[in-house]
Amino acid sequence: MVVLAIAAGTATLIWQKELPPISPPAADSFERGLVKHGEALAQLGGCVACHTAPNGKALTGGRKLQTPFGMVISNNLTPEPWSGLGGWSLAAFVRAMREGVSRDGHFLYPAFPYDYFTNASDTDLAALYAYLMSRPPIVAQAPVDRLDWPFAHRQLLAAWNLFFLRKGPKDDGGPDRGRALAEGLAHCGACHTPRNRWGAARSDRAYDGAWVDDWYAPALNARSPAARPWTEEDLFTYLRTGLSAVHAAAAGPMAEVTRALAAAPEADVRAIAGYFARLMAAAPATDKKAPAVVDRRNEADQAHPEGAALFGGACSSCHEAGAPMLLQGRPSLAVSTALRIDAPHNALHVIAHGLAAPAGHAGPDMPAFHADFTDRQLAEIAQYLRARYTLLPPWPNPEQAAEHVRQGADEQRVEAP
Amino acid sequence: MITLTVNGSRHEIDADPDTPLLYVLRGELALNGAKFGCGLGQCGSCTVLIDDRPVFSCLVPLAAVGEKKVRTIEGLGSKGKPGALAAAFEDEQAAQCGYCIAGMIMRAQALLEHNSTPTEDELRRHMAANLCRCGTHMRILSAVRRAAVTMGGGVKQEGTP
Repeated sequence: MVVLAIAAGTATLIWQKELPPISPPAADSFERGLVKHGEALAQLGGCVACHTAPNGKALTGGRKLQTPFGMVISNNLTPEPWSGLGGWSLAAFVRAMREGVSRDGHFLYPAFPYDYFTNASDTDLAALYAYLMSRPPIVAQAPVDRLDWPFAHRQLLAAWNLFFLRKGPKDDGGPDRGRALAEGLAHCGACHTPRNRWGAARSDRAYDGAWVDDWYAPALNARSPAARPWTEEDLFTYLRTGLSAVHAAAAGPMAEVTRALAAAPEADVRAIAGYFARLMAAAPATDKKAPAVVDRRNEADQAHPEGAALFGGACSSCHEAGAPMLLQGRPSLAVSTALRIDAPHNALHVIAHGLAAPAGHAGPDMPAFHADFTDRQLAEIAQYLRARYTLLPPWPNPEQAAEHVRQGADEQRVEAP
Repeated sequence: MITLTVNGSRHEIDADPDTPLLYVLRGELALNGAKFGCGLGQCGSCTVLIDDRPVFSCLVPLAAVGEKKVRTIEGLGSKGKPGALAAAFEDEQAAQCGYCIAGMIMRAQALLEHNSTPTEDELRRHMAANLCRCGTHMRILSAVRRAAVTMGGGVKQEGTP
């Protein structure tokens, strides 16, 4: 009897029922205001970033996402009946966003961050649905995911959900819109919160900073490594434009995020900025006694003469004090967060692969230097920068990191010139 | 003294290790094909090949070159005997003022040596790093397509924007 009950219980967990397909609603059947709101939320959530293949049509999926458990490939979100969301009712969409279950009943992988989206309000989900269902339908069948054994067995996700999914919604339309968005549709923690060995967010270490592929997403709480305090205004400008003259230019996955946020509603981005400025209010940089930004040129020149020569020939025409680029409002290396985190990967990524100017800026672009330097030379430059612009100890194994960054150049990356 | 291998010849250079390669090519070795445009790695008129990969020579310090092999446009042919790309640029009349052309040719050379049959999209992405102030980009692309054929390959027209 007990065995039967457990079996029945497990069965209901493992087999989710298919929700009946609908015929795709007409694009103009949704209220225009709702669609507009949904469009803005799609920007906040950055849907396009994962659900668009390199050079593919927006939202048609097919982007490969490498996870520690194998390759997950994003789905087509346009309302095409066979390969996309055309047959999805609002109920099916809400179930996917809140519970990670596809319309036909199969489990979705948490690379699709439903553990965050679950917190979004009913109103926001309805708006997002209206927006997606009013896009032009495009046929685009996503290739099959390539998960490592045993993760190809989606039923395992029933256990994952049982342990790790705290089903929402948490957003009750309360006053802290920034928090609701950060923990919901904007899913900031998906990159900035470390995950446990099962790939679930560690709520005890929210926003402590985490690895995403071979980029490090820095801490967004009292452990923020920033050289200067992040104010709400600084963060707002950074999130909106990808550039803060007193902090940083967004790079790597965050550059994509800021491109999406540029088109998101201003008030929502401001709310997110306010939320994280409050979380970082006790960061070391806010300490009045904290050392001001440093430029220890002589010490660094002596400690890393090769790095100094390479920097002098390759970097100084843009990055030395008084260089034309700095007069155009680009941040000094002395405030770079990339130089203050515990691993050199972010700095090496930017040196090796360059950085396209943020949206709305004609230039300058940071050129890619991977063809110019050996791994050892890249490491020398990184150590030189660390010694010159921070008071922190040298990085361990920068050459190994350089080799890794060079090889791991994401096939989907659009390289700066 | 720093030893530099350019177009197959070795040179002893007396210069600081942070001197940009471009200054040595033009100032010491009289290889004036590569041009100084912006000095900031934004325009590409200084493009040369290091170990067969295109680089902005205005931003390559001598210290970074070491034993690697440098190739400039002078190594691809001469006025009387132009290389495939130079001939194609002439046939397509791809130059207006000509300042960017040596850099364009070197960047295209790297592409076609690496991939003799690039797609149109690959061609455009690869060449995007080099700018032409006169606006002859369309003729430059035609010239690279023509050279791809004379070099035994060709640009595939799939993926044309």
